[in-house]
Amino acid sequence: MEALDILLTASFWVAAIRIASPLIFATMGELICERAGVLNLGIEGIMTAGAFAGWFTVYAGGDLWTGVLVAALAGAMFGLLHATLTVPLGLSQHVVGIGVTLLATSLTYFTYRLLLPEVTSPPKIEPFQPLAIPGLSSIPVVGEALFTQTPLTYLAFLAVALTAWVLYRTPLGLAIRAAGENPSAVEAQGISVTTIRMGAVMAGSALMAVGGAFLTMSAFNSFFFEMINGRGWICIALVVFGSWRPGKALIGAILFAAFDAYQVRLQQITGGVVPYQIFLMMPYALSILALILVARRATYPKALMIPYQKGER
Amino acid sequence: MIALLGENGAGKTTLMNILFGHYVADEGAVEAFGKRLPPGDPRAALDTGIGMVHQHFTLADNMTVLENIALGTQGMWSWKLDRVGARERIEKMSFEFGLAVDPEASVGSLSVGERQRVEILKALYRDARILILDEPTAVLTPAETEALFATLKLLVAQGLSIIFISHKLNEVMAVSNRVLVLRSGRLAGERVTADTNRGELAALMVGQEVEPAPVPPSEPGPLQLVLNAISTQKRGSGVSLDRISLSLLGGEITGLAGVSGNGQAALAALIAGVEVPTSGEIIVRGTTARDWSPRAALAAGIARIPEDRHAVGTIGDMSVTENVIAERYRTPRFSSRGFLDWKASRAFAEEIIADYDVKCPSPEARIRLLSGGNMQKLILGRALDPQPSVILANQPTRGLDVGAVGYVHRKLLEARGRGAAILLISEDLEEILALSDRIIVISKGQLSPPSARGQRSVAQLGQLMAGHGMETA
Repeated sequence: MEALDILLTASFWVAAIRIASPLIFATMGELICERAGVLNLGIEGIMTAGAFAGWFTVYAGGDLWTGVLVAALAGAMFGLLHATLTVPLGLSQHVVGIGVTLLATSLTYFTYRLLLPEVTSPPKIEPFQPLAIPGLSSIPVVGEALFTQTPLTYLAFLAVALTAWVLYRTPLGLAIRAAGENPSAVEAQGISVTTIRMGAVMAGSALMAVGGAFLTMSAFNSFFFEMINGRGWICIALVVFGSWRPGKALIGAILFAAFDAYQVRLQQITGGVVPYQIFLMMPYALSILALILVARRATYPKALMIPYQKGER
Repeated sequence: MIALLGENGAGKTTLMNILFGHYVADEGAVEAFGKRLPPGDPRAALDTGIGMVHQHFTLADNMTVLENIALGTQGMWSWKLDRVGARERIEKMSFEFGLAVDPEASVGSLSVGERQRVEILKALYRDARILILDEPTAVLTPAETEALFATLKLLVAQGLSIIFISHKLNEVMAVSNRVLVLRSGRLAGERVTADTNRGELAALMVGQEVEPAPVPPSEPGPLQLVLNAISTQKRGSGVSLDRISLSLLGGEITGLAGVSGNGQAALAALIAGVEVPTSGEIIVRGTTARDWSPRAALAAGIARIPEDRHAVGTIGDMSVTENVIAERYRTPRFSSRGFLDWKASRAFAEEIIADYDVKCPSPEARIRLLSGGNMQKLILGRALDPQPSVILANQPTRGLDVGAVGYVHRKLLEARGRGAAILLISEDLEEILALSDRIIVISKGQLSPPSARGQRSVAQLGQLMAGHGMETA
């Protein structure tokens, strides 16, 4: 029974939402790229670069929000690299994505060592502090879970709303969705597919980098190696889980984060009877299960991963 | 209304793509309304009032009709798409021009005819004054074609100019005021429609008088293949077969007419052995087939000429030799003890190249480098060499020039004379009418009863193709 009581505590849900935040940013980023027809496997490396860029800006004396901006810019630059190779040059999106991840990760570690050659333990910064929204935060459990978070978490939810609005309510969103479904439709209406796709990949990569920066500037207060730890890959699965829809992907991110928060607490309860690795594995096993159940019916963007060359049919 | 007439590969689509800015011309320029258009810029073409309805529709299936039409008509950076305004305009236009379509319907759920209406609306929505239609009737039923022509005449009456691209003479004669004929990328002639006739246009198109392959009377032989109450599994959005029965007699060509996407693919896949029936039986020369598969179909003497010669018929990056033995590499003729006999294979490839007059650099050439006609000749050679008793010819002449079409037809008739049972699947009704000894119409996965040569009129066949009266026919 103890195991189920956890689900009713506010602190569990606060943790779940916190764990979900970086996933939400990065999932929205990936979703925008894929909706435009580009699979961005650079996500893992771009998150690493964002985590470092944001954190280092603050460490070097910058403002927290400047840090977020720098992270976004760093992400957009790697996005530009990815987009240049995959969109106008039409290279394999798988190969380029893995290349960008390797490059961004290694370059980040290299820069870290170059800028901070002497440190043995990771230096700390003063991260974003929780900001309780007056009134709303006093609603039991739900209010506490959602409204006692840091400003970056609120920004994550805002990013979902914005992504959904842009994709479904604006002319730009029409062009992005059409570019991922049938680029020749975009071309035939006098819009450049290259511009739309490159813009989408850059914007999406900026969001991924902010997701990475959440870890160093809000969840923790320092940068260390391997800290992204596969979160980028999870986001790719979350996009599929959400059938390329922002709202569903948000639910997926929160579900995954809840599993993750839950397994940590279960480990404590069972007190070592069950090997802890079993619990560590649980969110991943469950997400595979969820993908099997949900994604089989998903309608993916039809032009995903297909390079578009003007005038070619 | 100008008609642009020409064979497949004559350069009609290329010319229009240059006009619309999809391609850049090596030389020369496009002028519209006294203004020179910048090359390679579809936006400039759209802004000048040129609208194009592509042969392969440029619609995004995941979006609604309204969204597809509004795409690119509003500034990219506006915060809100003006749905209400767009909806009003679309409804007004579809009423005015008789282009009925629901603006909120998802394009993925529309029929081909409806999609074409969306494409036309898309051009009109942008105030197109010149409308280019690339092979607009290729995908339509006869009734839909009539409706399209009515709309086009209405548009011309409103002052629009229309360029109608086609290779079908009767359509060109029916709708155009003026005809331009293209042949291998050159302007072969220009005529006022009222002052010309089909014969003259056909001669301009081909460059010489064409004589259709003579069709001698058939001598029906024994039953070769019987499908008895067969159903197939539904795959994706494709049409499945629903308890169909079909008998193919030796020495006869059975023509299967129908609008594309009515189950032809499922039927062809079934006979080729790719699809396994969920119920019913396949009887080859009196024996019910068990464990139906491509290999079983080949062993039963069924030769296949696939619909898509690039995707299914050949493996583009493999050589001519490898492709011609692809169906029979396991037979003792081409391999022994698990090793291929390259000498015999190469000899076979050379034999087909010589017998079927295939133009190719060598048997080692990659097959993708061959033209469509030559590729089809190779496939024909591969299929006919083992003297098959059943031939499945699915769109055997699609995309071929007149010379190659005649060649394929002659070969099929030769095989018929030899006693083979041939199922000819084609969307080209004229081809069906010219070759078939019996005609069957397929519509929504159902087959009509067969009719002998000349028994049903074109109008009756058109009705059946549209799905009317399938039960009573």
